[in-house]
Amino acid sequence: MDIIVCLFLFAGLFFFTGGAVGILRFPDFYCRLHPAGKLDTLGLLLALIGLALFNLHHFSLGTLLTSAKIILIVVFVFLASPTATHAIVDAGVRAGLAPWTKGEKRR
Amino acid sequence: MEKKGEENLPQGPLANLNEEYISVRSAQGRRVLFYPFALTFIIMLGVWVVLSGKFDPFHLSLGLISCAIVSYLSCDLLFPSPKIKGLLRQWARFIRYVPWLMVEIIKANLHVTYLVFHPRMMELIDPKIVKFRSKLQSDLALVTFANSITLTPGTITVDVSIDGDFKVHAIDKASGDPLPGAMEANIAKAFGEV
Repeated sequence: MDIIVCLFLFAGLFFFTGGAVGILRFPDFYCRLHPAGKLDTLGLLLALIGLALFNLHHFSLGTLLTSAKIILIVVFVFLASPTATHAIVDAGVRAGLAPWTKGEKRR
Repeated sequence: MEKKGEENLPQGPLANLNEEYISVRSAQGRRVLFYPFALTFIIMLGVWVVLSGKFDPFHLSLGLISCAIVSYLSCDLLFPSPKIKGLLRQWARFIRYVPWLMVEIIKANLHVTYLVFHPRMMELIDPKIVKFRSKLQSDLALVTFANSITLTPGTITVDVSIDGDFKVHAIDKASGDPLPGAMEANIAKAFGEV
């Protein structure tokens, strides 16, 4: 059981790390939003599944409710994260920022 | 005869406008229908019980009262039409869509992670804006489609118009090319718009 929980947590951490590195490496605002907005969703899903499983070690109604709350966090993030990413992209477009295309210098 | 009249309603964006108008009127007229009210109440109560986690009469009665008030005020938000028959089937179809989306998210996440850690990442990516027109009709299907595009990495929805004109920022060719493709077909199936 502990091994499965660790696997989930490390997989989540791996995607979070990918997101952080991606924000630093990608060339412009729009490309950076790809790892920022979305590698986080899968990382969060995996990490929170790991936490929910870990929490069920001592099975009772209380821990079950806590795990249900943790899963609810995932559901809300999956609804809110794309909306927030879209709002940020929209702000960039309205401000007139042109997307980076291949061959240009990085910004 | 009545059925024929329903078929003659305008299709596309006009139909959506019409529905909105009707639902707004019923909200002002406070025509609270039983089934939407009951379903909203049950969902609200479930969320209350999970979030509060207390089962003594005081907290449960607080939950009952507040859920009743909220579902009285906003039951026509969650279930805009009083037709309840196709609802369960539609939810079942939508729940069948979720696992497919999860698989897509994981596949696409691995792809973007590969791009992020690739030493020559600058040569692999080729960002561009993809424009296409979706065949989806209802607002809810369009919103689901836009959010699904943003959730699958490599693509972000920049703009959606009410007629279904999409502008999508894709990070490389492999991410942008399959649009609209299979995802649109699956959402059309999930919302019964084949």
